Parts: sequence; C-alpha cells; structure tokens
Amino acid sequence: MATVELKNLRKTYLTEEIIKGISLSIEEREFVVFVGPSGCGKSTLLRMIAGLEDITSGDLLIDGHRMNDVEPGKRGLAMVFQSYALYPHMNVYKNMEFGLKLSGMPEAERRAKIEHVARTLQLEPYLNHKPGQLSGGQRQRVAIGRAIVRNPKVFLFDEPLSNLDAALRGQMRVELSALHRKLGATTIYVTHDQVEAMTMADKIVVLQKGVVEQIGSPLELYHHPRNLFVARFIGSPPMNFFSAIFQGGDAAGSSVQLRDGSSLYVPVTSPGLLPGTKVTVGIRPEHVELASSGPNSGVVEVIERLGAITLVHVRMPDGEIIVVQTDGAALTDVDTRVSLTLPPHNCHLFAPDGLAFEACHRHPLAA
Amino acid sequence: MALKTKTSTRIGVTILGWGIALWLFFPIFWMILTSFKSEVQAISTPPKLFFMPTLSSYAEVFERASYWHFALNTVIVSVGATAIAIALAVPAAYSMAFIPSKRTRGTLLWMLSTRMLPPVGVLVPIYLLARNTHLLDTCTGLVIVDMLTNLPIIVWMLYTFFREVPAPILEAGRMDGATRWQEMTMVLLPLALPGIASTALLSLILCWNEAFWSLNLTSSHAAPLTAFIASFSSPEGLFFGKLSAASTLAVAPILIFGWISQKQLVRGLTFGAVK
Repeated sequence: MATVELKNLRKTYLTEEIIKGISLSIEEREFVVFVGPSGCGKSTLLRMIAGLEDITSGDLLIDGHRMNDVEPGKRGLAMVFQSYALYPHMNVYKNMEFGLKLSGMPEAERRAKIEHVARTLQLEPYLNHKPGQLSGGQRQRVAIGRAIVRNPKVFLFDEPLSNLDAALRGQMRVELSALHRKLGATTIYVTHDQVEAMTMADKIVVLQKGVVEQIGSPLELYHHPRNLFVARFIGSPPMNFFSAIFQGGDAAGSSVQLRDGSSLYVPVTSPGLLPGTKVTVGIRPEHVELASSGPNSGVVEVIERLGAITLVHVRMPDGEIIVVQTDGAALTDVDTRVSLTLPPHNCHLFAPDGLAFEACHRHPLAA
Repeated sequence: MALKTKTSTRIGVTILGWGIALWLFFPIFWMILTSFKSEVQAISTPPKLFFMPTLSSYAEVFERASYWHFALNTVIVSVGATAIAIALAVPAAYSMAFIPSKRTRGTLLWMLSTRMLPPVGVLVPIYLLARNTHLLDTCTGLVIVDMLTNLPIIVWMLYTFFREVPAPILEAGRMDGATRWQEMTMVLLPLALPGIASTALLSLILCWNEAFWSLNLTSSHAAPLTAFIASFSSPEGLFFGKLSAASTLAVAPILIFGWISQKQLVRGLTFGAVK
C-alpha cells in the first residue's frame, strides 16, 4: 500500500495548459475520487499519474519516490479503463496472466494468483472465454481482476462504470466499495458522476478547467462547498441560487435582503464585505420547505413525482425557478400558489467572486 | 409499386455487376483461350471460340525459355520485397497511428505523393544508382526498388488498420509492464493480423505484376516473370499463341493464390468499414 503525492503538477499540450498546477496528497488506503465536468482534466491527471501522459512540470511521488520518468509498468500501479481495454485475442485467464508473465513470475505462482482472484470475482466459469463472449459486467470484472492480480500499490480507475446500465452500475458501485475495504489499497477513481463520487470516496477532488476547486470528504463538499462551482456540481438535484443584497454581518451571521424585500440572517461570517454588495444565496432543494401561505410565494409550474420524493418547480415573481424537494405524498398541484421557507442554517452565501462565506458552525458530519 | 421498383433496381444492379465482372475478366479469358490455340487459329478472323485445343504453344514456351528460373526470381523478389516492406512499415505505421505528431498527416500525404510520380521520371537516376552499386540484374536490386515503391501504400494501409485498434488496449499493455516492442508484437500485431495479411497479399500481387522496373533493371540473371512474358513479344513479330501461353503461365500462380485468399483480402480491405 502506498501514498501518492502530486506537487504542482502541470501539463501543457502544444500551447494550451490543461492541468494548471495541482497539488494533492493521498494517504495510504485512501479512496480518492477525481470528479468534474467533461474536459476538466480529471482523466488527463489520472493518465499523468499512470505514466500514459508526460508530466510537463511538477513532481509525482509514489511512496516518496519521484516517478515522473518511470515507465508506466514500473510504477506499481494498475489501471481499469472506461472501455475495459481487455486483450480481445486472449481468454480471461491469459488477460490476467499477461502482466504477471511479463514480470517473470513463475507459472505455478501465476496460476495460484489468478485462480484466487477469479474466485473472489466469481470469474471461475469464464477463464477460458474470450472477452467478446462476456457481458459488459463480466468484462468489467475481468478488467478489475487483471488489475488486482498484479497486486499494485495503487489502483487507478478511469470512469469504469460509465459503460454499464444503471442497475449494473449501482451494483458494481457497491462491489467496488466492498472490494476496496477488503483489499485496503490506495485508490484513485475518476468519474463525472457525482453520485459515484459521493458514495465511494473518502476524499473527493473537484476539478474544473485543470484547477482544483475543492478537496474534501463527500459531506464536507455537500455541507460546506467552497464556491459556486462546487455548490452547483455536488448534490442532485442541484442547489438553487438567487441573488440578494448584503446588509451587514457580525460574528454570529450575516444579513441579506432578498428580492421581495424580506431579509434573511444566515449563520456565516462575512469579513470585509461592504453593505450593499450583490451576493448569491444558495439552498438545496431538499432544504427548502413548502408552506401554504407566508412570504416568498410563487406559482407551481412543474411537479415531478419520483415516488419516494416529489420535486416541485416553483416560479418566483422575479421569474426565477426554485426547485423544492418534498415528500412523495405531497398534495401540491400545478398552478397553485405556494410559499417557501428558507431555513437560515441551510443557506449558503457566495460573494461576487463566487467564493462561499465561511459557516459559523461546521456541520457535525463534515468537521 | 415500391416493391416492384426495388426488384427491377436489383435486377439492373445485378446485370451491371455481372457486366463489369465479365468486362474485366474477358481479356484473361481470351488470353487463356488463345494459349490453347495454334498460332494460325490465334490470328484467324473472325476469332474462333470453338476449336481443337492444343498444348503446342506451351510446349514451345517451355522449350524456348526456362520458366522455373523466371518464376523463382518472381517469388524471391515479391516475397522478399513484401517481407522487408512489412517489417519496415509496421513500426512506422505504429508510431504514426499511436504517437502522432503535428507532422504525421503531412508525412503520410507526402509518402503517398511519391506514388503519383510516373516511375519513368526517376528511371535514369535509379538505373545509375543500381549500376554504380552493382545491383543491376540482381534480385537484391529489384527487391529494394519494389519494396520502396510499395512502402508508401503499405504504410498507409497498416496505418488505417492500426487506427482501428483502440488505443486503451495498447495502454493496458503498457500498464501491465510491456515495453514498446512487446506492446507491438504481443498486443498490436495479433489484433491487426487480418489487416497485415491483406496488406501483404496486396503487396505480393503488386510486386508479382510489376513490369516497369523488372524490364529496365534486369536482363537475364534476375529477370522475373514479367520479363519472361516480354521476351515473347520479340522482334520476329508477335506470336499470340506463345505470348498467351507465357502470360497464362506467369499470372496463373498469383491468380490461384489470390483466389484462395480472396476471403482474407475482402475481409482486410473492408476492415473497419463494416463493423
């Protein structure tokens, strides 16, 4: 098991900088997820760690050793690709054997290892099958088996579940988490799916345009997003935003005036911000409460009933839509007027530069 | 109504297809037919379709020239040139397909452009080069020239076949600890084998039928089958019977070989177009 450390890692293609100085340290046994929209550089960063892309500048340390110029096969890593990338001309056994054979492991030892891994992943009946004869989930398992069998210091996963259908994806997510607990290997996992990130990670790294937006535990990102981007990206359905005017603040909170003239006292600090500044208020759909009368009223435009929950889209007088997540049995109807309650402790405030105001109290699960 | 149009279209296309096939095959058919005629029958007007076949032309051809000597040269030159060209083209196409630079496209086009030059344009320099290096009338000389003329096409074809191989499979090999060489020989080559085979087959056919350089760079020692055919269009006049017999003997092996491997060839040439 190993630690991985990135020190101001940069990558330039021709003249364009793709990775703009990323520093990060990954502890032993940690499950780290790189998440971000497509084109944010998360796959490139993973491939730089793998050795499939050159590092333009900065240092990559695995277990304290500089790995920038070490061949991919000698870094002690194993990678699972999005497309599985199995060797189509070899059967399952040979696919898993390939790396072991190249490393010069004796045949008997290879056989024992492969059989052990095949048993763990329930691949025993398929050892003589070619990848073309397997289903998507089985191929995925072979790809994972090929990685495990090499006993790597670090596992790299590049969007491994995105080619599977929704049901299988959920199942594999659970299996991967269980596997990680069992093997206890340091893991770096790339995905654009924030559900995967939230459910599997010890630590999430949110990337955008080659820059780290925030690093933290899933609940830290959920309860204390560092900026608008992270607030919008983490959580589903996404957080609601609307503009407000900053009125003033003290040690216990900040006061803002909403569009309809009502004011809201949010428990966040606002050092150095001038009264009158335009700020953004954010609140998650699951934190907004519906009331039949009161301030902040709007008209229900769309109702999405998902069974367990209901998503109510409310159009506010200024034209903005606020999504409210409520009970599956909510009796609200389209075109009726409803009132929204915004619990202050669940509100987030963002300065004009997009940075979040520091919360006065950390959430207990995100300390 | 729509179905009727479709049927008539299908019949039309079938007739057109057969027409083109017969059009292309007719010269070969006529050549084989003529090779079994006597010289008198061969030039008779109107041409005879039914006649008493004779092997006299073949007998004379075998008597006048040593067919096996020419055939052996052709085999040596085609196989040699193809083998070397493939050996050189695989690494070249590998690097162009998987480690492209901004000049890759240009290099490929430039390579192909050398095929657009009429060979006669470089006849004198190549002849002089061959003479000065004592490669005139040697199989080695012909192998080098044939190999070089076919190399651009071979690199192009291999390049397109290699592009069909998903890069992550090779990267998986690299992650598994394969060197570039192992990645190429143990992962890429087995996957691209159908493509490589059809490329080699095409190269063999091109070398087999190559006449311009064989006629200009060889005389007797290294003369291949194309020179063998040419030797029957002699100053004494054209003897169509013997010429046809010689031509039939020259093209028969590659024709049969091509026929046997046509499945492979079609599969290779449409590789990627049909998934």
